[in-house]
Amino acid sequence: MTKRSSLPRGVAVVGAGMCKFGAFPEKSSRDLFVEAFQELVKSVDKGFDPLSIETVYVGNYSGELFEGQGHLAPLMVDAIGLTPRPAVRVEDACASGGVAFRQGVMAVASGMYDSVLVGGVEKMTNLPTAQVTDALGTAADTLFENPAGFTFPGFYAAIATAYMHKYGMTPQHLMKVTLKNHENGALNPKAQFNVSIPGWMKGRVDAAIKKGKPVPTWQTVWDFLQDDAANPMIAWPLRLFDCSPVTDGAAAVLLVPAERAHEYTDAPLYVIGTGQASDVALHSRADLTTLNAARAASLTAYEMAGVTANDIRIAEVHDCFTIAEVVASEDLGFFAPGDGFRMADEGVTSRLGPKPINTSGGLKSKGHPVGASGVAQIIEVWKQMRGEAGERQVPGGVPLALTHNVGATGTTCVVNIFERR
Amino acid sequence: MAEQTAARPFTAAAFNLYLKENKLMGSRCTGCGAVYLPPRAICPACQSNILEWVEMSGKAVLAGFTVIASGPTFMIKAGYGRDNPYISGIVELAEGPRMSARILGLDPRAPESIRIGAPLTVEFLEQGEAEARHTYLAFRS
Repeated sequence: MTKRSSLPRGVAVVGAGMCKFGAFPEKSSRDLFVEAFQELVKSVDKGFDPLSIETVYVGNYSGELFEGQGHLAPLMVDAIGLTPRPAVRVEDACASGGVAFRQGVMAVASGMYDSVLVGGVEKMTNLPTAQVTDALGTAADTLFENPAGFTFPGFYAAIATAYMHKYGMTPQHLMKVTLKNHENGALNPKAQFNVSIPGWMKGRVDAAIKKGKPVPTWQTVWDFLQDDAANPMIAWPLRLFDCSPVTDGAAAVLLVPAERAHEYTDAPLYVIGTGQASDVALHSRADLTTLNAARAASLTAYEMAGVTANDIRIAEVHDCFTIAEVVASEDLGFFAPGDGFRMADEGVTSRLGPKPINTSGGLKSKGHPVGASGVAQIIEVWKQMRGEAGERQVPGGVPLALTHNVGATGTTCVVNIFERR
Repeated sequence: MAEQTAARPFTAAAFNLYLKENKLMGSRCTGCGAVYLPPRAICPACQSNILEWVEMSGKAVLAGFTVIASGPTFMIKAGYGRDNPYISGIVELAEGPRMSARILGLDPRAPESIRIGAPLTVEFLEQGEAEARHTYLAFRS
């Protein structure tokens, strides 16, 4: 494989926006996209003319299956009034957004364009759960994996059982990831579940009292998380609160050449590394406890950036399921294989810990509109690196940050590294 | 029969036809000897496109698994769900390749008792009604 050790031209993020994530029956994908774009326009510190945008990439997994709408890119470009600019939809399952971003980076780095809009959008909540399961299932190998009855929670559950067997993790360790991500999401007003687990429990108790129904008797978060009624098993050992939700959402960022970044803002994010890799189906891998594509993509990105895992201050990783965050923290080189769950357990990855992961709340709490998630990760990095993350701001500045976005079971992974100078 | 077997392309349709005939068939690279399940038409190890069908012994061990309470539509239609969960797994065959399959003969209501490394034997599972009837790959403890 031929890899460049650096981008042929520097690239910077100079604007970023996202809509509130959640379930919005009255909104279509284009409505979500318009909201994200409008926030992006406002985010450009020195202002800019949206008509200066030259081309648009849109990450979208499956408008066809989720809302009966294909060919989304020109519709999004039309909705924000930017036809006849080229409109490219990028689809790599749940990594669509992160891969679209990487395509945008390459478009600027190549010298072809000086102003590139990258968006991601998914409108998922129109369908009942079983149909969402089927739609997401098409991201796996429908010929050889799905006939076994696997669902996406099921695939990641199989990773979890292999990991538990190999390293002695328990399902309770995974719950620490959920507790952390909801604690962070409670501080993120854009999060679908803008509430901590204790806050969620209190909401349930208050609702029961109000409706005159039996009041839950949970004493601790563990009582709640191990309650089969409140937190039902989805695919053993993963329960509902181990799984990211079904979400409507969109996010967008503006990319320009690094040398022109200061025309837009005095606080740009420089894209210093990007890597992407593919892999065989989950069942064809020798080791189920690591994603080869995540390891390969991060090595490429680190090499391009000239940094190591230790240099990264914060990371937004693809926690579609709690086990995925544990595995990601090892694949990215933050922790040794088998140490990820212990580090989560000990609070190392908490917002105030030495290696904060998913300060946004992650896909778990912020929500996972699949085609938008990879771009939304960059929104969090944008806010944290510029000191604009409000209550959830990590202390001490963020000179280097990383995003890790996975498609399916790691058949795609894309990693991007950002720097504030 | 052997000639007919040799003539089948390395497709999912051919693999499924073998399942219907109660045979678990993979492909073997005639160049480097690597064995693949699911079958492949191109060998990733040496890029050769000269492969041959090879029948698997059907002996395997469990490499990873889950018990699914909330399944896809075709499993819901077959009667599975929260009240009737099922086991999906990844098995490692004696010949080396790994494959996704239904897991039978273990208790989906006691997942803690299911052991990675448990020995399994291939089974050809008929499921679904009328046109939806299909032979699924399964392994039994």
